[in-house]
Amino acid sequence: MREFDIVIVGGGPAGMAAAVSAREQGMENIVIFERDNELGGILNQCIHNGFGLHTFKEELTGPEYAERYAEKVRDMNIPYETETMVLDISKERVVTILSRNRGVEEIRAKAVILAMGCRERPRGALNIPGFRPQGVYTAGTAQKLVNCEGYVPGKEVVILGSGDIGLIMARRMTLEGAHVAAVAELMPYSSGLKRNIVQCLDDFGIPLLLSHTVVDIKGKEKLEGVVIAEVDSTNTTIAGTEQFYPCDTLLLSCGLIPENELSKNCGVGIDPRTNGPIVDEGLETDIDGVFACGNVLHVHDLVDFVSEEAARAGESAAAFVKRGCAPDSTSAIKIVPKNGVRYTVPAEIHTADLLGDVHIRFRVTGVYKDCSIVIKAGDDELVRRKSRILVPSEMLDIIIKKEKLESVSCDITVEIEEV
Amino acid sequence: MTRNLICINCPMGCELTVEFDGGKVISVSGNTCKRGEIYAESEISNPTRTITTTVISVEGRPVPVKTAQPVPKGMIAECTAAIKAAEVHLPVKVGQVIIDDLLGTGSQVTVTKSVQ
Amino acid sequence: MYDVIIIGGGVTGCAAAAELAKYELGICVIEKESDVCEGTSKANSAIVHAGFDAEPGTLKAKLNVRGNAMIRELYKKLDFAFKQNGAMVLCFDEAQLPDLEKLLEKGKKNGVEGLEIITGDEARASEPNLSADVKYALYAPTSGIVCPFEMTLAFAENAFENGAEFKLSTMVTGIEKMSGGYKVITDKGEFETRAIFNCAGVYADDISEMVAEKRFTITPRKGEYMLMDRDAGSTVSHTIFQLPTKMGKGILVTPTVHGNLLVGPTAENIDDKENTATTASGIAEVKAKGSLSVEGLPFNKVITSFTGLRAVGDTHDFIIEEAATNFFNAAGIESPGLTSAPAIAEMLRELLSNNTDLKIKENYKATRKGLVHFAELDRKSQNALIKENPAYGNIVCRCETITEGEIIDAINRPLGATTLDGVKRRTRAGMGRCQAGFCSPKTILLLSEKLGCGIGDIKKNGRQEVCEDA
Repeated sequence: MREFDIVIVGGGPAGMAAAVSAREQGMENIVIFERDNELGGILNQCIHNGFGLHTFKEELTGPEYAERYAEKVRDMNIPYETETMVLDISKERVVTILSRNRGVEEIRAKAVILAMGCRERPRGALNIPGFRPQGVYTAGTAQKLVNCEGYVPGKEVVILGSGDIGLIMARRMTLEGAHVAAVAELMPYSSGLKRNIVQCLDDFGIPLLLSHTVVDIKGKEKLEGVVIAEVDSTNTTIAGTEQFYPCDTLLLSCGLIPENELSKNCGVGIDPRTNGPIVDEGLETDIDGVFACGNVLHVHDLVDFVSEEAARAGESAAAFVKRGCAPDSTSAIKIVPKNGVRYTVPAEIHTADLLGDVHIRFRVTGVYKDCSIVIKAGDDELVRRKSRILVPSEMLDIIIKKEKLESVSCDITVEIEEV
Repeated sequence: MTRNLICINCPMGCELTVEFDGGKVISVSGNTCKRGEIYAESEISNPTRTITTTVISVEGRPVPVKTAQPVPKGMIAECTAAIKAAEVHLPVKVGQVIIDDLLGTGSQVTVTKSVQ
Repeated sequence: MYDVIIIGGGVTGCAAAAELAKYELGICVIEKESDVCEGTSKANSAIVHAGFDAEPGTLKAKLNVRGNAMIRELYKKLDFAFKQNGAMVLCFDEAQLPDLEKLLEKGKKNGVEGLEIITGDEARASEPNLSADVKYALYAPTSGIVCPFEMTLAFAENAFENGAEFKLSTMVTGIEKMSGGYKVITDKGEFETRAIFNCAGVYADDISEMVAEKRFTITPRKGEYMLMDRDAGSTVSHTIFQLPTKMGKGILVTPTVHGNLLVGPTAENIDDKENTATTASGIAEVKAKGSLSVEGLPFNKVITSFTGLRAVGDTHDFIIEEAATNFFNAAGIESPGLTSAPAIAEMLRELLSNNTDLKIKENYKATRKGLVHFAELDRKSQNALIKENPAYGNIVCRCETITEGEIIDAINRPLGATTLDGVKRRTRAGMGRCQAGFCSPKTILLLSEKLGCGIGDIKKNGRQEVCEDA
């Protein structure tokens, strides 16, 4: 049986950054397993720019960002095996993999880093009534077809959901000669970045219909059109607002779900708010020696944040291997999201074993203007940061100094205070 | 003339009203900070965008490319058409130049992903 | 000239083809869609009913109980997924106990084995998620669950192996009487035959009227379903029915043979024989009624919703008859049609044998080997398979763990898949929680490569015109 110090599941931006960081910590015997035929993960199909402003201080496209990390992986001689699917991870960190060359193989790992990414919410989960014809794709599937296979699935397009991939695909389909009739968004605000609304919709005169959704899909074999209607504040269709949009393509950009089937089978505890593992400050799950980072942990909006987070997971995994055991659980304190905060990553901190300052990442539950982010331990205020605006589409990152945390012995709360 | 813009510098998304004459900005209102003013200025005087797209290689595989510098926003359609028309043979390496000066914009078009 | 043309490649038509293929007969199945199992057979509850529901003495009663017994043996020979998981019919009201007892009596008359009435507590002891409101239940141990695609394909492939022809993407537009038989006119040419089996589902009345006077009307009855993730598959282990109430026929909750959870159907008579759209009101009804049986059904784990059309005849029983000389109807095959299919096939064969001498084929193959399901193999067999064909070492559908080898097999085997849905039904690729988001580009490429046509010509479903000539 092959044995590794660290097995990294997934060779996307999270997996590569985790591997690089673990190697920088002196971990020699590590390996990345990637199910696709190359490193890079979903970045390979994200050919648009806007990546890397934090990490490389320049604006890169997805494949360029991926290639920079892939080069580091190769320069550091980090082994990676592509077209290799991880089928199972046991609590004892026996990893079962499948590949053409080696068949089904069991491998022993001292530590495992989960970096499997996320998937898109499909039409079925959205319960959109109507037919199930050809021409309905998730935005990411269409992106893969257009950018990686050179196949443009349609000419007249409607997009449901204003997630970033949907916005990016509105522009992409337009550049490929299609006409995008509208982007409908159920919420009264977009879940995508502002810059994408301007550069992908406004630039091309594509209307963004807020508080609208698709209520019917027409066409038995091939998509013939969709009915879009306005919704009220309870997301109920407002009668009389239905409008038919003829189209041959409907793209869905209605949210991403961390892909945690392997984690669940391994017994990793999942946070129902993020759909990702519950982790501590070292991004270690509740299974000893199993770490998580990137979109499998919680869905990010910036790959730069993924890389940074994954580097911490790599560092912690290296520390775990060197130490040979998990942190002392008696020093664990909880981080509790309160008013206006949907979740936090991490969900707990081991104050006795801190490797350094602690990042707390979270999203807010709605749009907040002129407010403060307040982090407290009991009545003791650890952080107070003023903000002009907070939106759910932006992941927030607050760093708490190691020294401040070491003396904390009660649970920590994170909340939004409105003025 | 006036135009309404949404500032893209931060999630605030300030709704800007710009008063201008030709390419010259007279006043900007609705912004919360200096960055809004700078954004409005460039959007009015010379709005530019980076184009990212694919070129289908002679061998039939899509090759992702970008304009190395932003090009005038008004030229997106013709620039995209010119990029699409470029002849590319595999293999290509990231950073490889496939068009030296895109329609006189001064921007190169470069490959963003190595394709075998 | 064929001996028998079977119109309709649903479960009835394919079962009939498999039955006739035992004999020295020239058989041809004509199907308007690009694949078998494209109509009513693909969108139903996938239940092998025990047979207590139908009125004693009807064809439905007789053929259901016979079909149930046959399927419990056939699945081993023809290699399709079946599980005898048992069923319960719930009653929520003490006053309804006599109705439950009537159902029990009906079942006994129909010859259903093992039926018994149990208390709500006994029901909950084996199904802990059942509602606290359940007072009694009729327990039926012979009820089962089946994969309707696999079963239909198994019949079709077995028939094909034994010499039956299949003309897919071929629509019957008329039938003419001729000396010694019939001329079947289609959009792909004319075919002569001595006898016709009309197994045309919701179109059986239209086909029948091409030959005989108007005898019956088929009304499509819409049934909407919600299918949930495997995560929810163990919510119940039996198939859970509800005793019909004043509110109408109830909705069932059942595990599927592949481990998902299925809730439905609604029942709404409609006019349009192609209207398989789901509706907001239908989905709402499924949710509301399903929740009566099982508290806290995990509707957040829904992966898809779909609609099936049941072919309801106005005679309230299956119509299996010789409507004109050597023209046989198998019409009004609504529930329990899937269960009854092999028994209907037997009955059709018996009717045919009244006019035709049937001679057993010498080299008849009684068994059929289905697709390899990689994920279900043990480790040793998996590795042996990969060694032989490395395509089995490459996962295409990650949700259902389906390999490239399985997809290629689905495309290459006899009556192979030509569409994304065809691959999905044979292999389950794309049937999981991401609903083909990740695997469809790869599956499209494999289809395009194997069928020799462009990516843009690969369809999700429906009639495949382009690739036929390729």
